[in-house]
Amino acid sequence: MAEDKHTVIMLRARFADSIISAKKFRDEVTVTVGKEEIINICRFLKENLQYNLLTDVTAVDYLGKVPRFMMVYHLYSIPNKERLRIKVPVAESDLTIDSLVPIWKSANWLEREVYDLFGIIFNNHPDLRRILMPNDWVGHPLRKDYPLQGPGREPYKGRLA
Amino acid sequence: MTKIANKETMTLNMGPQHPSTHGVLRLIVELDGEVIQKLTPDIGYLHRGVEKLAEHRTYHQTIPLTDRLDYLSPMHNNLGYVLAVEKLLGIEAPERAQTVRVIMAELTRLKSHLLWLACHALDIGAMTVFIYCFREREKIMDVYERISGARMTTNFFRVGGLSSDVYAGFEEDVRRIVAEFPAHFDTYEGLLTKNTIWLQRTVGNGVISAEEAIDFGITGPALRGSGVDYDVRRDDPYSGYENYKFEVPLGNKCDTFDRYKVRLIEMREALKIIGQALDSLKPGPILADAPKVCYPPKDAVYNTIEGLIHHFKIASEGFPVPEGEVYQGVENPKGELGYYIVSDGSAKPYRMRIRPPSFVNLQAIEKMCKGAMIADLIAVIGSLDIVLGEIDR
Repeated sequence: MAEDKHTVIMLRARFADSIISAKKFRDEVTVTVGKEEIINICRFLKENLQYNLLTDVTAVDYLGKVPRFMMVYHLYSIPNKERLRIKVPVAESDLTIDSLVPIWKSANWLEREVYDLFGIIFNNHPDLRRILMPNDWVGHPLRKDYPLQGPGREPYKGRLA
Repeated sequence: MTKIANKETMTLNMGPQHPSTHGVLRLIVELDGEVIQKLTPDIGYLHRGVEKLAEHRTYHQTIPLTDRLDYLSPMHNNLGYVLAVEKLLGIEAPERAQTVRVIMAELTRLKSHLLWLACHALDIGAMTVFIYCFREREKIMDVYERISGARMTTNFFRVGGLSSDVYAGFEEDVRRIVAEFPAHFDTYEGLLTKNTIWLQRTVGNGVISAEEAIDFGITGPALRGSGVDYDVRRDDPYSGYENYKFEVPLGNKCDTFDRYKVRLIEMREALKIIGQALDSLKPGPILADAPKVCYPPKDAVYNTIEGLIHHFKIASEGFPVPEGEVYQGVENPKGELGYYIVSDGSAKPYRMRIRPPSFVNLQAIEKMCKGAMIADLIAVIGSLDIVLGEIDR
């Protein structure tokens, strides 16, 4: 059960309205939260619960579902040796979310990459440019409706077709 | 009349084709004389869309893609990936496979650190160390070649275990490395650690404090060089690392020299782990008892129709993986390499995210170099130990 974990209890006590769900799978705790409070929740996790290392920022495109995108943050607490996954739904109609750069500098490039490959806009990001794709690239390659072989090319039908 | 000095800065482009940028890294440097005012890395020249490709391949077909991330430590990339898939499936590799994985992973750490030392020293002007390190690295390459058939793109691990058992004579080869290498490390240290030129180039260069290093998300030897005690092998053990005794070296001056010291001690610790793993290596199966996931033994494939069908089904259709999501971090020679895999219950990952250590570490380069001389930049790039295959994916 994820509910008896200290972090989850503390988050529920402090941000009761913003917590959408808390799950445990293969010993990994995932807390899904609303995007309005993401900055406050992360600051609370960093300052009060010692999750000092922002390991990873990424997104998943659940095309066909509502909300379409899910931001995924992986946190790690070096003093407590604990991992935590924070997920934040982002709707296709409003592709913005607050940037975490004010809390962790490591969010800078990681958020640029999410912007580049998924097209999610980060509010208050200091340098929101494409990072892996060229600046003049059109489209966001990791979206599920972006063709594997790139735009405007014959779809690959397999080696034997 | 005094002449007013020119206040203009000069913008200098380094790379992407520059030998000391360690791959296709482009740095746009703004200089005031020789002092760095601003540094903007430009990456993506090697982007191959590995994460996108993985969504269209079965779980086994992705393993060779992971070789090509950090191409200097392929076995670690394989390891993190297969561990993540095994975690999703809820299976565990048998003991022998886990031990062989640890041996190969630590040999890979040696191999990667040797290349780092070679290039780092060459960048700063020490040619001899470069030649020596490559000579020793070749011995590890020989083991690589004999065990997997390839020097760099090994593709040796499988979901649930190994692709094949080790060759006859593997243990002797590795034991020879464990016995011979400490003397080699002494040679490198003799050439560098007290060398005045080396000290002048590395001490006090590229300083980043512990708090800043955590803030920038730095992991691996670069983080430990700043005195932060975090090693995934010890703090979140995988593949049986909890059974081995080893020290996690730490620096305290947070500079290039401390990162150099940390990596050199790490190489000696890697030998200790390999020694312990060899002692505990027992005969046994190399694949988990999970017929839906693991390939059947080659003997069955070649000699029985059931074995052939079994192999064919796994190779062509793959295997379904339960719905869910996992994150698996491993201590790559460069830092924490993480795989985040989301499965929708089919035979292909719905999303595979690679958390590349070099990518995150490289962010801090501006912080480390601002106000330093341009020649120091080269030393800092070397001491961060980045690989562009992994940064650009």
